[in-house]
Amino acid sequence: MFLGKVIGTVWSTKKDENLVGAKFLIVKQLDLNYNEKENFVVAVDSVGAGEGEVVLVATGSSSRQTEFTKNKPVDAVIMAIVDKLDIALKEYLSKQEVE
Amino acid sequence: MFLGKVIGNVWATRKYSALDSFKMMFVQPINYEHRETGEPIIAVDTVGAGPGEIIIYITASEAVIPLPVDMAPVDASIVGIVDTINK
Repeated sequence: MFLGKVIGTVWSTKKDENLVGAKFLIVKQLDLNYNEKENFVVAVDSVGAGEGEVVLVATGSSSRQTEFTKNKPVDAVIMAIVDKLDIALKEYLSKQEVE
Repeated sequence: MFLGKVIGNVWATRKYSALDSFKMMFVQPINYEHRETGEPIIAVDTVGAGPGEIIIYITASEAVIPLPVDMAPVDASIVGIVDTINK
């Protein structure tokens, strides 16, 4: 999974009929310090996330392992809303700042 | 299967319901010489690993197999704690 931040919603009327009822969110990837990276995905929401929230995104065939997305054309799903990161090895935090 | 080092954990109260009882850890992928390779990922812990430990993790849809649930949106899980690496 990767860490991301919900930055927007995608509306789509004409889509695969299996996807009717899906909520598509734009998720930008974050690093350990919550800095936004360049890459983003459009992910189906399975936990009720909203704009501005920090979330975890599962990608690939694993994203079809929810009740809603089973056997549907989906390759990214939001599966958790993050409360807190606890990076015990602090050197990894400072390393990212230098980069 | 890949080698990684646990660098921290993620607190998430609201998550997909099948995952309620599982810990999620930040894992830095490493190679057999303990050098870091690529970006940290988040993996579900099934063995009780802690920060600083070298672990084995699996990715893609097989990551759900070690979990005692039928279906869960998990694309990486920790399946072993490494004692030593001989090369």
